[in-house]
Amino acid sequence: MESVARSQSEIGPGVPASNDKTLIYRQSRWTRLTHWLWAISLFFMLLSGLQIFNARPQLYIGKQSGFGYDNTVFAIGAENTNAGPRGYTEILGHRFDTTGVLGWSGPAGNETARGFPSWATIPSYYDLGTARVIHFFFAWILTTTLIVWLVASLINGHIRRDLAPRLDDLKRLPQDIANHARLKFHHTREYNTLQKMAYGGVLFVLLPLMIITGLAMSPSMNSVLPFLNELLGGRQTARTIHFTVMVLLVAFFVIHILMILAAGPINELRSIITGWYRTDPPAHDDNTSERSA
Amino acid sequence: MAKFEISRRKFLTAAGLGASGIMLSGCDAFDSQLSIGSGLRSFLENVNGLTHRAQRLLGGGNSLAPEFTEADIRQPMRPNGVTAPDDDAYKALLANNFADWRLEVSGLVEKPLSLTREQLMNMPSRTQITRHDCVEGWSCIAKWTGTPLSLLLDQAMVKPQARYVMFHCLDTIDRSLSGDVKYYGTIDLIDARHPQTILAYGLNGKPLPVENGAPLRVRVERQLGYKMPKYLYKIELVDGFANVGGGRGGYWEDNGYDWYGGI
Repeated sequence: MESVARSQSEIGPGVPASNDKTLIYRQSRWTRLTHWLWAISLFFMLLSGLQIFNARPQLYIGKQSGFGYDNTVFAIGAENTNAGPRGYTEILGHRFDTTGVLGWSGPAGNETARGFPSWATIPSYYDLGTARVIHFFFAWILTTTLIVWLVASLINGHIRRDLAPRLDDLKRLPQDIANHARLKFHHTREYNTLQKMAYGGVLFVLLPLMIITGLAMSPSMNSVLPFLNELLGGRQTARTIHFTVMVLLVAFFVIHILMILAAGPINELRSIITGWYRTDPPAHDDNTSERSA
Repeated sequence: MAKFEISRRKFLTAAGLGASGIMLSGCDAFDSQLSIGSGLRSFLENVNGLTHRAQRLLGGGNSLAPEFTEADIRQPMRPNGVTAPDDDAYKALLANNFADWRLEVSGLVEKPLSLTREQLMNMPSRTQITRHDCVEGWSCIAKWTGTPLSLLLDQAMVKPQARYVMFHCLDTIDRSLSGDVKYYGTIDLIDARHPQTILAYGLNGKPLPVENGAPLRVRVERQLGYKMPKYLYKIELVDGFANVGGGRGGYWEDNGYDWYGGI
């Protein structure tokens, strides 16, 4: 009977057969729309942000940048050596040779000194002004989208139903980690514990922190919210946090893509485009403690 | 169930393909759309006006930039941009310790002014320890002493049709086919009348050094460094700036920076 239901649902993608119980409407239009607006915004913000960083490829801790003293925690640069110019990256005083990617990069024979390489920045050439125009345009889109999503998800129950952590999530965590490690995923309506942690972490911690540290770097916002920088440890610390959260968001993106590929990219993509998601057919020895990827 | 399982090899192949797709996305694809004056660029730039209005709405005319303590002054003020003007007129003024220098206040005012450095320094002054934020990303805390710009505007009596204060500078920042380009910039009258907006002649308790803009520079504490011209000699009240320079309101603005530098 199940196989009949399945074949009926193959009439067309995203068109559910009425008696196909495995195909469910999982993502609301608000979740889908905001997801793609974030994807676009974050893409442009990352690449324009790396261009902005290139104007001063150093990070500091505190209220100001140390020129007469040292409070640098991260630096990308280029230096002349006996073997020609080399690019380096320095993290908390530890120096790494990153020639070709960070500090010194470009087409062979035509390399230049630049923080992040040309393929990772918008525009590809050095242009701080243009990068700022792009960055702030998408900053407005990202922030507006986050607020729209928050309101919609409070109203339609997405946060309460799908993201709010429950005691059960904690109990399931070890099994969940084991399942992910073996790339063994269950497809159900609910998010599993690691998913809740990842999505919740991005939506409620990383993105808000990104916006707050971004605002903390604005001299005009400092006059409106003077406590912000005091709370964060100073404008240059805010800038360092902004950069660090960027690294975490990139890490999330990489894992997000890998998990989608592992869990079945067609099904996952369909659910975030059309909302319809194919769950596992119910097993006879239904183990409710195991949930989806 | 088996339907959803994926072999490790398939997974790694797909992951590799995905990763190389990202690498190839490369970023010169957008370069041609982004030059000044292009449609896409102008569309994206609109958001600077939105930021300006939003920050004015939140901060109004008088929200103060944070001020710091003497203990926060940990290093000399970092100079940036032009640090030693090569202009003959400037060098002549400097040779005479700016005795022949005058600050002009002109344009849309009832009573144009021409002030010596002594006259400026005899006016009520304001001293503030503030953080200078460069558009490049760095910050530096220093103590600035100067004449509140609002006092000069009151003295000169700004005409109602004036909308911006334009700062004219003595330093050549660029050379173009049409001649030398002197630094200039504009701010709105709200920032011009802001209590922390001063014309600084003192830095960290000493006369303003040449590299930081002697004899006079602007401090606009709610905006970035490029909005605070150095080597000032003329303040002009204007109702627009479309006919000056590149028409975007300042040297750096003509080269692609946003006019509003509060972010």
